[in-house]
Amino acid sequence: MNATLTPRIDVMRSQLSRARGLGSAKTGVNHWWMERMSAVALVPLSGWFVLQVMRLAGSNHDDVVEWGGKPANSSMLLALMVLTFYHMQLGLQVIIDDYVHGKPHLPASLLMKGVTFLIGLFAVIAVLKLALAPSRKAGA
Amino acid sequence: MQDVRDALYIGHRSDGTLTRRPMSPHLQVYRFRLSMFLSIANRAAGVAAAAGSALAVCWLNAAAKGPDSFRKVQKVTRHPLGILALAGWALALVYHFVAGLRHLAWDAGYRFEKKDINEDGPVAVGVAVGTTVVLVATVLGLAVCRSRKKAS
Repeated sequence: MNATLTPRIDVMRSQLSRARGLGSAKTGVNHWWMERMSAVALVPLSGWFVLQVMRLAGSNHDDVVEWGGKPANSSMLLALMVLTFYHMQLGLQVIIDDYVHGKPHLPASLLMKGVTFLIGLFAVIAVLKLALAPSRKAGA
Repeated sequence: MQDVRDALYIGHRSDGTLTRRPMSPHLQVYRFRLSMFLSIANRAAGVAAAAGSALAVCWLNAAAKGPDSFRKVQKVTRHPLGILALAGWALALVYHFVAGLRHLAWDAGYRFEKKDINEDGPVAVGVAVGTTVVLVATVLGLAVCRSRKKAS
């Protein structure tokens, strides 16, 4: 007999489950994958951020307004903020999944999502205001 | 029973009464390894980086609001305690970055043998601490130089 024809099971999943691509979490590997993809995107954005911190170290308000008014800077800043708070939400969700069991799990997740969403939104609005309508006057 | 998983911890004694099964041994029975500390440190660094980022949004908001708010926030960022907090944020960000790169390498199938992981751990600590020190020193040096130039 040919030994290579022995039936083998390589994947411990039904064909239907493989076709759907969804596991017990019902969303497949989406959460895990997006956590990785946002991490990869944050690598160059973090490098840019470090350069900007060096550029802005010791600057006064006028310098910051001039810096934030440049479209290239506000675009990068917006991308950094959106991805940072998205990645933060994904990461904190894993921590809540690990340590908060039973009934408090849902309210804890919702609270965390609400807070990260609002701070992220706040960051985006601040960047847009700095870019489009900065206030230079004292006492404004 | 709050959690459905608790059902798996219920067992029967020989007389038929119900009992909670013992849980598997946890942290205290294992010898300390650097990799177990680095693993939880990555999670803690992620949380610390998140908290610091929320504070960084306050800086952005002050810059958008105007010179008065910005001056208030500068009082914090130029205070020794503020600088200490910023340095802590930098360490958390840098370590989370380094550990994140290790995770991406592991996910791609590299350096995931026990031997490799034990070799890379101390390197990750060195790189994270070294980068943070250089970064904080550079930013502080630049800030001092520029402030002096403006004052003169």
